[in-house]
Formats: sequence, structure tokens, C-alpha cells
Amino acid sequence: MLTPEEWGIVALSLKVGGVAVAASLPPAFALAWLLARGRFPGKVLLDALVHLPLVVPPVVTGWLLLLAFAPAGPIGAWLQDWFGVSVLFRWTGAAIAAGVMALPLMVRAIRLSIEGVDRRLEQAARTLGAGRWRSFRTVTLPLSLPGVIAGVVLGFARALGEFGATITFVSNVPGETGTLPLAIYAALQTPGGEALVLRLAGISVLLSLVALIASELIARRAGRGLHVL
Amino acid sequence: MSFDVDVGLRRGDAAIACRIEGDGLTVLFGPSGAGKTSVLNMVAGLISPDFGHVRVGGETLFDAATGLDLPPERRRAGYVFQEARLFPHKRVRANLLYGWRHGAGAVDVDETIALLGLAALLDRWPRTLSGGEARRVAIGRALLSNPRFLLLDEPLSSLDRARREEIMALIERLRDALGLPILLVTHDRDEAERLGKRIVEI
Repeated sequence: MLTPEEWGIVALSLKVGGVAVAASLPPAFALAWLLARGRFPGKVLLDALVHLPLVVPPVVTGWLLLLAFAPAGPIGAWLQDWFGVSVLFRWTGAAIAAGVMALPLMVRAIRLSIEGVDRRLEQAARTLGAGRWRSFRTVTLPLSLPGVIAGVVLGFARALGEFGATITFVSNVPGETGTLPLAIYAALQTPGGEALVLRLAGISVLLSLVALIASELIARRAGRGLHVL
Repeated sequence: MSFDVDVGLRRGDAAIACRIEGDGLTVLFGPSGAGKTSVLNMVAGLISPDFGHVRVGGETLFDAATGLDLPPERRRAGYVFQEARLFPHKRVRANLLYGWRHGAGAVDVDETIALLGLAALLDRWPRTLSGGEARRVAIGRALLSNPRFLLLDEPLSSLDRARREEIMALIERLRDALGLPILLVTHDRDEAERLGKRIVEI
């Protein structure tokens, strides 16, 4: 049904999106926790910084990433010195761009669900002998899980659709940074590429649909009070 | 085992102060909004008093003078909240066993389940329970955590007459059988007079 080249594009997109979401989930949860529960000076500023990729033109985000990860940039120089690697023109760079763009959506969804957890249940857990960590692990985390799942799916969908920051940051290298949106854009520029555009666009819609339905089913399961952890 | 509680809290202009001494069941009685629940929360370690001390059975749980303030999980309070506060994502069985402690003096699980008539509820989800059933599960969960003392916040409120009688009889049985100091909050004078040999008004 699909040519090996098309399969390659789909596999690369899934890899980039999956790694992007997996890598940004821990910081997203930590940030969501800080914003939901923390009381510290500069919280408004942190909130604004987290949301920046959502409102800044993606091209600007990509350019800022380029400055940071370029061989002479602060993070790029450090990666080069310590690990001898560069993420420029690599799929890892595409994953970084996708992760940064997905982060605000994930933080928003997770933060809402943490705010929705009844803290009186955590108090009950504490009086029953659970320390902070056990209370978090057995009460807060499972009860906020539907929001975490929603955040992961939203983030994954956003990562799959990432275009502006990726093409600015790591360019369009077929097989390396050429994810679905970039491949579609390239095919549009190619005479006679309409058939490929149609097929790739169809795959994009299908993938997004599957992700959304899966998240809905999982959220319903969690909502019924079944053990999901 | 007995209470030696003398705590106070300042909230703006208002202040709550309370002194409780003795064993057995002590009733904390007063109108709504007088700060009865705040007293329970101070004894349980959920809020810190501004001054005073909390001692139970000779052990100090809080002392403003020395700065000692044990976290709630180390106080071994059997706290039955006004709302049952059952964990909605755990079945009744898992709720009951959440704080279950082994070791000396540990309460027998089957005995507690029988005492509270919970055997038929074990596989149910909390949201399917009636108010009285949820209250009984909450009491069972607190007992099974092998507490040093019990804190009961309006344990009879929002129950119909039959259920009230049932829970009231249960509290009397606990008072006589377990020998734990119990601090019970109520705004109902009849309830206070029936249950408590000692009534502290706030």
C-alpha cells in the first residue's frame, strides 16, 4: 500500500513524535506541579515562559533553538565538548523542536488535572500513615492520570504536526528530519508530487484520529475508576 | 492512653483555643464555624497550632515551646473526616487496607470487617456507596491503620435516623471495646450528652 519511502517518513515521524513526548513528559509534569501547587516569587514569569512556544511564531522558536544548539551556542558547545555530538540536521534535533513546541500543551493539560485533585484526599492518606511520596504516588498521580494522558496525546499530535520550528532549526533532510509535514511541503514543491501529498496527508489525518480515539478510550477507562497504574 | 491537648490558633482577629485532658471519649461541642474541625486538624497534624502542645498517651506530637511538630503520617491518628474522603480510584477493600499496619496491637482485618458489616461491600467502588456505608468504610479504614487515638468529625451528620442509631451504637462499642482515646466533634447537644462523659464546649 505504501512505498518504502513513505513508510520511512511515517516511521521517522512516529519516532520523532514519540521521543519528543517521552522526553518532555517529566519536565512537563514537574512544571505543571510547580504551577499548580507552588507558591514562589516569579511564578507568573515561569507561567509565561512555559507558554511562550505556544504564542511566539514557530520560526522564532526554531531560530532560538538554532542559536542555542549551534556549535558555538551555549548548549551546542557543551554537547560537542562532552559527547562529541551535534543535533543539527539530525532527527534528535527534530525531536527537540517537536518537544519544545509540545511542552506548553502538555503542561496545561497536566496542570489542570493536578489542580482538580482533591487535596483533602491527600490529607486523608497522610493521616493513614502515608508520607508525602506515597501519598503522591498512590493518590495524586492516579487521580491526575486522565489529564496526563490527555497531555501526552495532545503533545504527540502537536509533535507530529510540527513544521516551522523544525524546518528552521534542523532543515529538511529526507530520512533524518523529513517528518510528515516537511515531506508534504517538499512534495508540494515538486512537479507531479500531488499523489504523494494526498497519501501523506491522508496518513497524517489517520494518525491524529487514532491518537485522539485512543486517548478518549483510556480516559473513559480511567474515569470509571479502574486501576490504570 | 489519654489526651493532653492545649492548642490555639490565631486567624486575623479571631482566635481558637482549646484544652482537652483525659481518656475515653471526649466530645467537642459547639456551633458551626467555631473551629471544632480546626482543633481536630491540629491534633492530627494537618495544621500547625500557633501555640500550645499535643500529647497522647504520654508521647508529644506537637510542642510550640520546643518546635517539635510530627508530620501527620507519624502521629497514628485514626481520623474519620466529616466527608468520608474515600479514595475514589480504589475499591472498598483497597481503601480499608490503605493504612493497614502489621505488628503489635494491630487490628484484625476480618474482625473489623465483621464489626462494621463491610463484608458485602469489599468489591464495590466508593461512588456506589450510600452515605452510611461510606461512613462505615471510613471508620473501618481509620481503625485498620492501627491508630493510637480516634478523631471523629461529625460522624452522625447527613445520616438518616436508622443509620445514625447504627453508627452511634458502633461508636459506643468502639469506646468500650478498644480503650482508645476518642475526640468526637458534634454540634448536636443530644448526641454530645449521650456519647461523652466529658464535654468540651468551644
